[in-house]
Amino acid sequence: MTLVEQLAAAKQSGDYQALLDAVPYSKFLGLSARSDGDALITTMRFADHLIGNPALPALHGGTLGALMESAAIFELLVRAETVVLPKTITLTVDYLRSGKPVDTHARAFVTRQGRRVTNVRVEAWQDDRGKLIAAAAAIFLVKPAQE
Amino acid sequence: MSLKAVRGFTEGIPHNKALGMEMLELDRGEARFKLPYDPKLVGNPDTGVLHGGAITALLDACSGASVFAALTEWVPIATLDLRIDYLRAAEAGRDVIAHATCYKKTRNVAFTRAVAYHDDPDDPIASSVGTFMLSTKPGSTK
Repeated sequence: MTLVEQLAAAKQSGDYQALLDAVPYSKFLGLSARSDGDALITTMRFADHLIGNPALPALHGGTLGALMESAAIFELLVRAETVVLPKTITLTVDYLRSGKPVDTHARAFVTRQGRRVTNVRVEAWQDDRGKLIAAAAAIFLVKPAQE
Repeated sequence: MSLKAVRGFTEGIPHNKALGMEMLELDRGEARFKLPYDPKLVGNPDTGVLHGGAITALLDACSGASVFAALTEWVPIATLDLRIDYLRAAEAGRDVIAHATCYKKTRNVAFTRAVAYHDDPDDPIASSVGTFMLSTKPGSTK
């Protein structure tokens, strides 16, 4: 199955974990997804290989960027009426607190859905939903996969 | 901070090791890293192209190293923000190189820019700018 076919199947069944597992890098990061009411929460399970500062210890900034980019793409895949593969144009990450060696969650919000471009902001937190450890803004090129 | 110390510090970072990152060059305020192509870092299994996140991690690590390489003595640093522009898709099966420069350092903040490319820095895959807080207390970024 191609990724686009897998995406179409996931949209039908509502099981997005299979789609995440089909992406090698998502498995490498240990990502999982679940619905929480209307929200889609993407979680990066803590593992030693995600550490960027062994002295603190703290998560590598790159892993947080990758988690938030993935959460944004996921949100777009789930929300879109058609099967589209968003392409990241730009990603800006604000690092607010150091990431502790525990699970990290992310939720994306579509700020504006345009015809070609979609703006998304993303929040990431650990055990306290009110204390963000990172916030991101991303812009995606979104066009139907057939084009 | 000695370049040897920066190299040892960077190479000891677990996530850099997990990604297979190699430090190619380190000079005052400059760093060049290689991310060897690896199927486990693929973002689109149909095309075999690396995930943007792997390139984000490469640019973040390389930019941080350029800051350490610009410091005269070691202080803890923390990324304040990092913006990445994805200019074109990486090509499947090819290594990615990052080159970062710490072009300005003040008492509190260091500023970086970086590019990621296959073999020609003038034909980049991604470019980034970052800011780093200097002399942070453990566990804080402010």
